[in-house]
Amino acid sequence: MLTLLTVMITAYVAGALGALLFGGGAAGRGVAALGAAVGSGTGLALGLTAVASGEVLVQAPARLLPLTGLMLRIDGLSAFFLIIIGSIGAAVALYGFGYAASYEGRYSLRSLGAMLNTLLLSLSVQVAADNALTFLIAWEGMSLSAYWLVLTEHDAAETVRAGVWYIAMTHAGFAALTAMFLLLADGDLTTSFDGMRANGATLSSSLRNMVFVLALFGFGTKAGIVPLHVWLPMAHPVAPSHVSALMSGVVIKMGIYGLSRVVLDLLGGGPTWWGGLVLGAGAVSALLGVLYALMEHDLKKLLAYHSVENIGIILIGVGAGMVFQSYGLASLAMLGYIGGLYHTINHAVFKALLFLGAGSVLHATRTRNMEKMGGLIKRMPATAFCFLIGSAAISGLPPLNGFASEWIVFQSLLGGFNIPKPEAAVMMPIAVGMLALTSGLAAACFVKAFGITFLALPRSREAENAREAPLSMRAGMGLLALACIGLGLAPFIVVPALGRVIAGLGRLPDVQTQFTSGLSLASPNGFGRMSPTLIAVGVPLLAILTPLVMLALGVNWKWRTGESWGCGRLGQTARMEYTATAFAEPLRRVFAELYRPTKELTIDFHPESKYFVQSIEYRSEITPWFEKYLYAPCLWLVRLLAAVVRRLQSGSLNAYLVYVTLALVILLLTARM
Amino acid sequence: MTGYLLEIGQALLALLLAPGLTGFIRWIKARLQGRRGAPPWQPYYDLRKLFGKEVIVSKHASWIFHFVPYGVFAATVAVTMLIPLIAAPLPFDAVGDLLAVVYLMLLATFFQALGGLDTGTAFGGMGASREMTIAAIAEPTIALAIFGLAVGAGSTNLGRIVAGTLANPGAVINPGHLLGFAALFIVMLAETGRMPVDNPSTHLELTMIHEAMILEYSGRYLALIEWAAALKLMIFFSLLSNLFLPWGVVTTLTPGALGVAVIALILKVTVLALAVSVLETRLAKLRLFRVPELLGVSFVLALLSVTSSYLLR
Repeated sequence: MLTLLTVMITAYVAGALGALLFGGGAAGRGVAALGAAVGSGTGLALGLTAVASGEVLVQAPARLLPLTGLMLRIDGLSAFFLIIIGSIGAAVALYGFGYAASYEGRYSLRSLGAMLNTLLLSLSVQVAADNALTFLIAWEGMSLSAYWLVLTEHDAAETVRAGVWYIAMTHAGFAALTAMFLLLADGDLTTSFDGMRANGATLSSSLRNMVFVLALFGFGTKAGIVPLHVWLPMAHPVAPSHVSALMSGVVIKMGIYGLSRVVLDLLGGGPTWWGGLVLGAGAVSALLGVLYALMEHDLKKLLAYHSVENIGIILIGVGAGMVFQSYGLASLAMLGYIGGLYHTINHAVFKALLFLGAGSVLHATRTRNMEKMGGLIKRMPATAFCFLIGSAAISGLPPLNGFASEWIVFQSLLGGFNIPKPEAAVMMPIAVGMLALTSGLAAACFVKAFGITFLALPRSREAENAREAPLSMRAGMGLLALACIGLGLAPFIVVPALGRVIAGLGRLPDVQTQFTSGLSLASPNGFGRMSPTLIAVGVPLLAILTPLVMLALGVNWKWRTGESWGCGRLGQTARMEYTATAFAEPLRRVFAELYRPTKELTIDFHPESKYFVQSIEYRSEITPWFEKYLYAPCLWLVRLLAAVVRRLQSGSLNAYLVYVTLALVILLLTARM
Repeated sequence: MTGYLLEIGQALLALLLAPGLTGFIRWIKARLQGRRGAPPWQPYYDLRKLFGKEVIVSKHASWIFHFVPYGVFAATVAVTMLIPLIAAPLPFDAVGDLLAVVYLMLLATFFQALGGLDTGTAFGGMGASREMTIAAIAEPTIALAIFGLAVGAGSTNLGRIVAGTLANPGAVINPGHLLGFAALFIVMLAETGRMPVDNPSTHLELTMIHEAMILEYSGRYLALIEWAAALKLMIFFSLLSNLFLPWGVVTTLTPGALGVAVIALILKVTVLALAVSVLETRLAKLRLFRVPELLGVSFVLALLSVTSSYLLR
């Protein structure tokens, strides 16, 4: 395992340096992609070895590099996240080789390639970190390289704004995390996680609560929990598509990793209100995420809001697990955690696939606006098929991977009637209702996203002239599509592996990790049994059998092409098609109280008579209210404080000398006490 | 072995009875409206006619258009193999539980909606949009009704729910049970496109939901889709009758008992069909934006069902 770790780190460093050396052109792109791909592949192998063998690797890199104070440790949880990083990283690296070609001559390929490798390296080091110092250094490295990558297309005002919000939010989180680690580690950031585990057990309950709240805030800004999610729909659309895929698929999962590591492992669970808060935040994020996604017509912004939704689903699973753990219902707690982590890897795979598909569409049509697309399924068949697999997976349709993990999360929530206290138990049905609504709305949203983008007639010249993506981009998407299908077919392998990973943390008493029987998934006490594998075999079998039986029975097999009937209309143009706005309109009306759409209607009448209309202009906008009502007051307060502080900076040297003397005196006094 | 044969037999039985069910409802509606109406076996003639006709595919459609009839039909037939129509538990009981059934039907709806968008007509888009809205808003009710049933029976597997109610007959008049039935009845009306949510016999395209999605289909494709729609109605009726009033569902697989089970199923489905026919004659179709209110009522009923299941455990 040590060799794999060394190879992984070397590959990333080589990729970064190579990208800087070779610069633009195919060579530079190739070296960067190769370094990232080799590193990711090795990371994937490392993760798989660690999960399969169950052994833990501890390494202080002081032996590898002249750096002291850093410590690495790869246990089951780290290995699982290494698998996620590795698989998404490999697909993204492959895809990025072809995608970056469109940046040649316009933006720096050096920084794109180097920062991609740096991001992957920081992610890998972060999940392997064994003390707060390593963790925080890797966290900051990840944030900064992601920021650099978001700003690739730096001449657009939208991109710069997104970058500013991103860096501000991520540093707010970083501050919270530093405070949290200082509390946990009793002031010494080089304490290993083992030391923090021991320390966590001795902390007073109010300090533990403080640590939990700081962890939720810090990791929540990274994961994108409502209301800390505002940077996500700004930053993910403007980044290069393979970077968006990596960010949505992997970087936000680092919030989940951190939360699992700190709350499940280092603190070892807590009172019920912790789980309730996580569950509530998850349910609200899921519902609000999907509701705002429904109204989006920017393809990548839609996908970004869906990331918020799926993080919500993951937190529903983790939160339910925490609630059950606080009541000592170990099997259900394990099921909840497994559901959350299974959804983590599933979401990573299908969200990355969807972003890569959106990137292909952007590459071909030069626009992110769905209202200008259409008919792409005939011009880009491979992209369309991969996007369809991703859409079906994210909607939770059998037999793909989203269905298996959502089923497990549902089953863990359905176990809620075992909770002894009714006021806590009532959370579970409400969460079930919200999760089901989210799931239905996600399916509606992806019918819109896939249908309007790919089906029917092209709505613009760019969509008409779209060309299929180059081979490397198709290969990257194809890998992830295969992973979606594979993860859906093999939950009976993934679920026991996840059970071992969580049991390996040693925080839940010796409890079953199986939750499978043969090819089926089974929840505790036989509450539910279901086999996604057999459904995946059965439904396509029936779909193939039907035409065969029809042929045998002598059904009329002829078909010919004609014009769309459209109720007897002659001819069909792109103007007659349904638009994305029209598709989402019924849901916009149903949830109008939440959306509060603004409406502007300008009607120009003919000068001669008010009965003849010359033109009508209709404008309707939905602005998420978080920025206006939550962040704007905070920013106003910060500006107010800054204005007050500015008065102290009078420019007079004498005043500054007085400040220095005062500070010195105060410090000496407090140090003496 | 007999179990697997029974599974196939069950699917074939549902396939055979489904068009007759739709025809029966139409016939009763006609009689209630003072007309003579087509005989109840008219849908069989319609299917035979459609299977013999040529298919015309829009030149703007893609492979999705061709895939949708087979996909929808296969998903619906798969569901008939997972639900307890005449016997419980069956070998496929461990393959799919109630949640899997709901998601398989969502799969069928998903592809049906894509098929509606594929030809680029405005009516197809309209049908797809409305259908997905209704399906999305009906989801929480279905999930909570499942929760209520599962809490009562201790499992989400359909065979075990049926067995649990058979073993404990007093549970039928449980308020949770009755409220769950009412909630699922309303959801059935919405999901299968019956009045007051959607008029299955309308000719006005602007009032269509399900029909608008399948407007462009013809020949064997239309036959498969209409058969799948009739099968979906049959599935919902069977679920409503066998989950809430399971008498007639056999646990021993003897020919005599199976015969009784088939007759019991036909009887229960006929009663539900009569109820739906009367409702369809008496109720006017709701405006589309009033449908979420109706589904909201069913959600509240389902929530009350779950709460009472909790409190009366």
